[in-house]
Amino acid sequence: MLDALTVAVSVTALALAAWCGFAAYRDQPTKDWHFIGMAVVSALALAQLVVGVVRLAGGGTADEGTAIFLAYLIGAVCAVPAAGFLSLAERTRWGSATVAAGAVVLAVLEVRLHDIWAA
Amino acid sequence: MAGRGLAKGPGLLLVWLYGVMSVGAVSRSVLQIATEFGRAPLAYALSALAAVVYVFITYTLVRGGETARRAALVCCAAELVGVLTVGTWTLADPGAFPDATVWSDYGYGYVFIPVLLPVTGILWLRKSRRPSPA
Repeated sequence: MLDALTVAVSVTALALAAWCGFAAYRDQPTKDWHFIGMAVVSALALAQLVVGVVRLAGGGTADEGTAIFLAYLIGAVCAVPAAGFLSLAERTRWGSATVAAGAVVLAVLEVRLHDIWAA
Repeated sequence: MAGRGLAKGPGLLLVWLYGVMSVGAVSRSVLQIATEFGRAPLAYALSALAAVVYVFITYTLVRGGETARRAALVCCAAELVGVLTVGTWTLADPGAFPDATVWSDYGYGYVFIPVLLPVTGILWLRKSRRPSPA
């Protein structure tokens, strides 16, 4: 379940990065559809946080430590919403570029999360 | 501040990346220093230094203004020197670093963002010097 969510978050995050990167390339700000995409990716990351906490509560142990695992889970939930919030105030292509960068950061966090849970 | 903050346009992307590096470096060094400082004191102290620099640059970029711009410029230069020094140091004398720092191997563990960021930052800060109406 955790692995499936990690893959799902990574793939959707990279798709979001490509989509918003394309918007930046076309000199467009983030639009409603982009925000729906961000919401989907964030919802998946939130589900991952819940599943991760449940796994820890159920006696599971993260390979590199509970604190690091939780920190990365929380960081993963915050990454895209934070970038999206910034893009609300920056109605230019650079808002889109920031969201794309946020999604790439999330994808990197997912790779690390995978290592942290089971090396 | 209106219209010529440092966090406008390309500057926003820069603020975002510095913000991410700040959160990453701060949480990393807090955790390492709190739990296992004795294992690699030099590496963890350097990570903490990197964290302070990142937080300060993020703050100056958000705050904006000429003084902040100059301060950020100095810090970006210091950051670049730091990355290059620590990067070279870790390659030349790996024995001194039982664990990695944020700036090890020129930021290899962070997709080389630590070495690219100050260069981009310096270019952006130099460009936004003129208070031209735009």
